[in-house]
Amino acid sequence: MLKQLHKIWKTGVITEPLAHNEQRVLEEIGAQLKDAVGRRFRGSLAIRAVDAGSCNGCELEIHALNNAYYNLERFGIHFVASPRHADMLLVTGPVSRHMQAALQRAWQATPDPKLVIAVGECGANGGEFGISYASCGAVSNVIPVDGVIRGCPPAPLDLLRGILEAINAP
Amino acid sequence: MTERFDWLPDFIAQLKKENVLVQEDVAQTLVPARLFVVDVEDWGALAHQAALAGLRWCAVWGEDRGEQLQISACFERRGDYLIARTEVNIRTPVLPSQTPYYAAADRPGRHLQDMFGVVFGDHPDTRRWTRHNAWSDGEFPLRKGFDPAGEPPAETPPHSDYRFMLAQGAGVYEIPVGPIHAGIIEPGHFRFQAVGETVLNLEERLGYVHKGIEKIAEGRDPAGLARLAGRVSGDTTVAHAWAACMAMERAAGIAVPARALALRAVLAERERIINHVWDVAMICNDVSYAFGFYQFSRLREDWLRLNRTLFGHRLMMDRIIPGGVNIDIDAQQIGALRAQGDALSRELDELLPILADNASLQDRLVSTGVLSVELAARFGCVGYVGRASGQDFDVRRDAAYAPYDGLDITVPVLTAGDVAARMQVRVEEIRVSLRLQAQLLGSLPAGELCAAWRTPAPDSEGVGIIDGWRGEIISYVRFDSEGRIARYFPRDPSWLIWPALEKLIRGNIVPDFPVCNKSVNGSYSGQDL
Repeated sequence: MLKQLHKIWKTGVITEPLAHNEQRVLEEIGAQLKDAVGRRFRGSLAIRAVDAGSCNGCELEIHALNNAYYNLERFGIHFVASPRHADMLLVTGPVSRHMQAALQRAWQATPDPKLVIAVGECGANGGEFGISYASCGAVSNVIPVDGVIRGCPPAPLDLLRGILEAINAP
Repeated sequence: MTERFDWLPDFIAQLKKENVLVQEDVAQTLVPARLFVVDVEDWGALAHQAALAGLRWCAVWGEDRGEQLQISACFERRGDYLIARTEVNIRTPVLPSQTPYYAAADRPGRHLQDMFGVVFGDHPDTRRWTRHNAWSDGEFPLRKGFDPAGEPPAETPPHSDYRFMLAQGAGVYEIPVGPIHAGIIEPGHFRFQAVGETVLNLEERLGYVHKGIEKIAEGRDPAGLARLAGRVSGDTTVAHAWAACMAMERAAGIAVPARALALRAVLAERERIINHVWDVAMICNDVSYAFGFYQFSRLREDWLRLNRTLFGHRLMMDRIIPGGVNIDIDAQQIGALRAQGDALSRELDELLPILADNASLQDRLVSTGVLSVELAARFGCVGYVGRASGQDFDVRRDAAYAPYDGLDITVPVLTAGDVAARMQVRVEEIRVSLRLQAQLLGSLPAGELCAAWRTPAPDSEGVGIIDGWRGEIISYVRFDSEGRIARYFPRDPSWLIWPALEKLIRGNIVPDFPVCNKSVNGSYSGQDL
């Protein structure tokens, strides 16, 4: 136990100090995000991530938002286990045809008003997989989409920026 | 060191004695594997004899060759690969099943059934696997006549009448989970039968993220295939791209420069380290050990950032290209990589004793989700799942490919087969990979980064076999008459470890499923294709 406490003390709070220019960007986006979440969601934005056919690359980067560097929850944003608890769906694609019905049901289960963000090149436009017998392509081909975060996969800062844009949109 | 294929003459003699006729292919187009042609009637008998002779079943794939469907099955023993090949008439594609002799052949066989229309006379389970409802019975996406666009319904209904195994009795109940799971993870369906908290049986139903990878590979140029391979499973982008490029380079007879090979290995070892560090974090997370989760996810982020700084991409996607790599590192960057390796080494020295001393963590991991050595062997498990259950195999050591043929590879092997053992194997593999990274960086050959591409002869084929962080990856490639891809099949290790999860969860409590699942960590995308 002592060793564990010592390690925690020694590691310190790593949340703020980021490498060179990323630090300023994160602080800037973070402050705006916190402000927007505070204004539009009473300080709490609940996100349900839905993998609708991704290669799992986008999921790795969405996960990274929860590590101690980005520490997403300090901005009032947290991931929830059910679409019924969510204000926003973060959907990665391409939407496989085998996930089409499940995605539609998750969307229907999310209470209005809701925001949907399509994540990654595949979520945005089908990416490397496009449209085929097995793939519906972009998320917007299956459910209404409010915002798009491009990148293969988008880095954590791109994800933060995209979430900010979506909640700031009129 | 024994001679390569020293067991093969005895095996051939055994086949002859049992009247299984095989013929060594004259052209031997799938080196380093040895290619044999076998009569379709003997397809099952061959598997029977192979099982008796202790060969591990690795993969099966098909190819539409016009009048015939060509089927290839891959076996391994002591690091030597044998590929058996047969042909069936495409109008009457009846094939004996290899599943009665190899449990691992079950789902891959059903994939052949769904994608090519192969009919198995004696397959113990003929339920569809990859096909849900996006295409109909009687349509076979991997036949040449099938348009990649297909004719899917406007809205594909869920496949809700899949017949799961049922359990009956007082107090028995069923828990359906997924396809959408509670966390930030890939989709798939798990059907539990349970009594109280105890799992009686688990059945997996995958195929939800099938996105037609094999079909849309057709017609791509080599660079396009490397990009697609890098997205078979996002966490294995380096290893899949390497395996696909290796297959293409062998088909085209291209020698990859030594510097490029060493850099590929640096990327692959980094991918292994990053994923293992992340799995340790997530195993801690799944038993609510926040300290372990935050410490190891911090380390992972450090590594992703240096990837971005040095290689321009956090996951190192699209850095391996046909013929070589498109990155390079100078002395200063080598210094940064080495320093990071040393730093992680010191962190592990500090963190691992803390994890080992934590009784409540160990209580959740030790004796949880045991996969016996016997079952791991029967399912042909590879990677950390196999190694934690006595399967002493690593492609880097046992079927060494450059640059690993010049390196000393230690393979950690345990026999406990529980979650703790699978975590321990990962930890020890991180140590091995750190040493390998240091060695590779210390002796980086000078020279070219990429060999010029040369269009392969029409119909050329090749196989790439490497050890990804999850275990053995086998990729098959055939070119058409214009140097474009005619066939691509990547066998992710997940095909061989998903079935083990169904067995190792039995008798465990339902709340331990997440940590058992994470300790196996099969890729959904890599198996659904």
